[in-house]
Amino acid sequence: MSEEMMEEGGVVKKFMYVNRKAPIGSIYALESLEVVLIGAAFEQDVCMVFLDDGIYQIVKGMDTNDVEMKNFSPTYRALEMYDVERLYVSKEAMEERGLTTDDLVVDVEVMDASQIADLMEEQDVILSF
Amino acid sequence: MLHTVNKSPFERNTLETCLQHAKDGSTILLIEDGVYAATEGTRFSDTIKKAMETKTVCALLPDLKARGMHEKVIEGIKLVDYAGFVDLVEQNERVQAWL
Amino acid sequence: MAIEVGGKTIETDEEGYLVNLSDWNEEVAKKLAEEEGLEMNDERWEIVNFLRDYYNEYQIAPAVRVLTKAVGKRLGKEKGTSKYLYELFPYGPAKQACKIAGLPKPTGCV
Repeated sequence: MSEEMMEEGGVVKKFMYVNRKAPIGSIYALESLEVVLIGAAFEQDVCMVFLDDGIYQIVKGMDTNDVEMKNFSPTYRALEMYDVERLYVSKEAMEERGLTTDDLVVDVEVMDASQIADLMEEQDVILSF
Repeated sequence: MLHTVNKSPFERNTLETCLQHAKDGSTILLIEDGVYAATEGTRFSDTIKKAMETKTVCALLPDLKARGMHEKVIEGIKLVDYAGFVDLVEQNERVQAWL
Repeated sequence: MAIEVGGKTIETDEEGYLVNLSDWNEEVAKKLAEEEGLEMNDERWEIVNFLRDYYNEYQIAPAVRVLTKAVGKRLGKEKGTSKYLYELFPYGPAKQACKIAGLPKPTGCV
C-alpha cells in the first residue's frame, strides 16, 4: 500500500475503514485502529465507518483493568489530531443495540444503510475489519 | 446444568442455540462478547427476559466493565465475578460451553 | 536488556524502551536520557511530561507530526516546530522523547 502511494506522490485517495467487530473479543478493532493511525502519515482522505458490533468499539465507560488488557478506546479521541475527522455510525446498528450518540466517546455522524452505501460508492479504497 | 455463552448475539447464533437447548431451571452465564446480550434495549433484550422466566441468567462483571456495558444490564440478571464463576462451575454437575 | 537505577534493575526491550510503563519515575527518565547521551533540562522535561500527559489521555504515543502540532498548541507556537524538537532530541523527538518518557514506541514508527 505504502509503495503505491509513494509512487503516485501527492495523489490523495479516499480511504474508508469499515469496522464491524466488537472491541475486545478479537484483534480486528485494534488492528484497524493501528492501520488508521499509521496510514494517517500518508495524508489521504480518510473516514471510518462503524457497523454492527463495530459500534461497541467507541462506547463510553470501558474499563479493562479487571480483564488485564489495555483499554484503547481513549485512542479514538486522538483520531482528530491525525486528521481523521469523519466518523460515521450505522443508524440500524445503534438502534438494535439500544445505543445513542450520547453513549459514544467521539462525535459521529449517524447514517442509515442507504447513506452509507452511497458513501462507499465514492471511495477509492475500502478496508474492512 | 451451567451453560456459558461467549459470543455476541449479533454476530453468531450461539445464544439462540444455547437457549433452545437449555432446560428450565438451568443457569446461563454470559461471558466475553456474550455479555452484550445482557444489556437493556437491544434486539435480544426480550429473548433474555423471556429466558429469565424459567432459567437463571448471569453475566460476568469484569467482562461487562471491560466493554463499558456494566451500567446497561437488564434488571434481574445476576452479576458474578471470577470467584462467582468458579462457584457456578462447582455447583453444577455439568458445564456446556457454547462457543 | 535492563538499566540500573538506585540499585534496582529495570527491564527494557532490545531498543531500550521500558518493558513496564509503571517502572517509570524521574530517576529512571534521567538514566534513560543518559543512555541516549542526553542530559535532562527544563526544556526536555517539558516535552517528556507533555508526552506522558498525552499518553495518559489517549493511550498512544503520538507520531512526530501529531506531536509537533500538539506541542505548538499547548506549549506555544515557537515550540511546535520539528526544528525545536529535533534540537532537544536529535535522534527523533517521538522516538527518543517517548523512550525517556517511559512510553512505547510511537505507533507508525518502524
